[in-house]
Amino acid sequence: MTQAEIKLCSLLLQEHFGEIVEKIGVHLIRTGSQPLRVIAHDTGTSLDQVKKALCVLIQHNLVTYQVHKRGVVEYEAQCNRVLRMLRYPRYIYTAKTLYSDTGELIVEELLLNGKMTMSAVVKKVADRLTETMEDGKTMDYAEVSNTFVRLVDTHFVQRCPLVPATENSDTGPPPPAPTLVVSEKDMYLVPKLSLIGKGKRRRSSDEDATGEPKAKRPKQTTDNKEPIPDDGIYWQANLDRFHQHFRDQAIVSAVANRMDQTSSEIVRTMLRMSEVTTPSGAPFTQPLSSNEIFRSLPVGYNISKQVLDQYLTLLADDPVSLFFFLFSFFYYLHKALGSLATATLESVVQERFGSRCARIFRLVLQKKHLEQKQVEDFAMIPAKEAKDMLYKMLSENFISLQEIPKTPDHAPSRTFYLYTVNILSAARMLLHRCYKSVANLIERRQFETKENKRLLEKSQRVEAIIASMQATGAEEAQLQEIEEMITAPERQQLETLKRNVNKLDACEIQVDETIFLLESYIESTMKR
Amino acid sequence: MTEHTRVFRIGCLNPQAPSIMASRGGGRGCGRGQLTFNVEAVGIGKGDALPPPTLQPSPLFPPLEFRPVPLPSGEEGEYVLALKQELRGAMRQLPYFIRPAVPKRDVERYSDKYQMSGPIDNAIDWNPDWRRLPRELKIRVRKLQKERTTIILPKRPPKTTEDKEETIQKLETLEKKEEEVTSEEDEEKEEEEEKEEEEEEEYDEEEHEEETDYIMSYFDNGEDFGGDSDDNMDEAIY
Repeated sequence: MTQAEIKLCSLLLQEHFGEIVEKIGVHLIRTGSQPLRVIAHDTGTSLDQVKKALCVLIQHNLVTYQVHKRGVVEYEAQCNRVLRMLRYPRYIYTAKTLYSDTGELIVEELLLNGKMTMSAVVKKVADRLTETMEDGKTMDYAEVSNTFVRLVDTHFVQRCPLVPATENSDTGPPPPAPTLVVSEKDMYLVPKLSLIGKGKRRRSSDEDATGEPKAKRPKQTTDNKEPIPDDGIYWQANLDRFHQHFRDQAIVSAVANRMDQTSSEIVRTMLRMSEVTTPSGAPFTQPLSSNEIFRSLPVGYNISKQVLDQYLTLLADDPVSLFFFLFSFFYYLHKALGSLATATLESVVQERFGSRCARIFRLVLQKKHLEQKQVEDFAMIPAKEAKDMLYKMLSENFISLQEIPKTPDHAPSRTFYLYTVNILSAARMLLHRCYKSVANLIERRQFETKENKRLLEKSQRVEAIIASMQATGAEEAQLQEIEEMITAPERQQLETLKRNVNKLDACEIQVDETIFLLESYIESTMKR
Repeated sequence: MTEHTRVFRIGCLNPQAPSIMASRGGGRGCGRGQLTFNVEAVGIGKGDALPPPTLQPSPLFPPLEFRPVPLPSGEEGEYVLALKQELRGAMRQLPYFIRPAVPKRDVERYSDKYQMSGPIDNAIDWNPDWRRLPRELKIRVRKLQKERTTIILPKRPPKTTEDKEETIQKLETLEKKEEEVTSEEDEEKEEEEEKEEEEEEEYDEEEHEEETDYIMSYFDNGEDFGGDSDDNMDEAIY
């Protein structure tokens, strides 16, 4: 883990869970797998605090544990998963676009609580939706359940690993920690519950589906309270599936920009057809024939088969070559990601160094290896400026140098020095910078908020007073008086603060999109 | 890559290697110094002015040469922004947000007993599924010693064998019956005790909250006294 990543993780944990969890989490990220007592000793926190923090981290899937020999349990942090916290708003917004408010709230609850049972989620979401509805209307549990099932069917929500059911013959004392079992085939199996009820008032009846394999469900404990029908079955948001969706979105919009709407629709259809069948991280989608694509096009598109074939050949011949044609059509996902990453690099160079630098950069990308003289000739830029730009990009590691010796003694006067762009290493460098940027943005935002803390508290107090006075029915004049407690320059200061904080937040979201593209590309490359 | 990178950073030549360059820096004037290769190959012509050497780290906020691209605005951008800020606020209110313990004030005050600020004994506010977590993570709560009701076995007074064997027999049968009953009672009591112990080991917050005799919400520690503004000054304040 690089320092930049650790710093970003630390800021994210602190913002969302407080300082204690942050200290434990960062310590685990730095040192790797450790048992409980060692953590407490090394961080200098009390054992109880460490236990609390670990419970929170495990609940949110940020830390996993493993039982080693002699009963020692070791805890390990997942740094990548912590960085995903930056992307939560994007996940929730995607759920909203696909499954409207109900889906949005389901995903939000799952992300905020780490993992939950289906009945708990349905109840909470129904309550929340009922609150936003008009008086007298309530949200039915059945509708929420339906949306939940649809989310599971499209793999956006998946089951957490299960506690294995205890067998009747227990040999010896129970283990210090349960070993959780991931059951691949049951990952998206929804237990058949019929949750009858509406928001706020719950009358639930539980029915066990006879089809459910009994071994998978732990025995229900008969308490004094009513038994929860799906006890022990927890659900979490499937982040990989969301990433797949983002990737598809990026590809489709790239095709739409490069060509036209129809070709982007074709590509979208192809991607959707291979959504569930393509494992994440595969370089190619499933091969599809043009007939299949023709049949699966959305209803609104009345293009004939010939036109479709023409489009497909056009896409296949594209020099950016997102497609691959071999009697049936694949979608070359890895290359698509590479193109997206390259486009990101190009635009970064353009924004940082200017359009002429960008021209040189694109030139070197295209021609792979170029000498100094050749760069000047092809780019049609005077020698001095070209030199300057090349060195600037070299010093920032966008471009690298390749030596080709003419003689075995590598004498510098008899060696070719070629400029080249190594996309993978440039992408890594850029990703590292992105992490640093986000960390800086968060710190600046926290600084701004801290500077104006007194003012913010005052304005919150005033708002609370106004709200309570309005509730008890106060006059206009009194409200005016209270509002004037905040003077005009203070008001302006608040406005500026709000604008700055909004801008910084928007920047974080934007940088996160770049992070996603680069990470996807690097991951896809490493998997090959 | 060390030697060759040094070549291109013309500005920061190593001053401790005067053998490589006769004159470092500027490059003005005669005799730029002899390098091991033909400098023209790299592109530094004769008489070219080289940039000055860098003597300090780059400034903290270098001037921006180009204006940054405007941020995406529009419905989607604003919605996601609002969502982000809401999430931040929401997470602070959840029980997962662990605040560091309030530092103890200088003197122990009476009102501390009635102000339960944090969870008791550093335990957690929410109930995770303990079956999924290692057992060592469970925080034991110190419980009050429950009064164990002692079981007073009915002592059998020594019966004087006044009567003859019949009565003795009768008494014996009676005894046996009583013993059965008491032994059953014993078993029941033991089971209850075991259950109680098991329950005690589990985390139970409700018991602890009842520690004081007074209801928490009724207590007013007097900090708000005198802060309210009075609209009607008709009634005198005693």
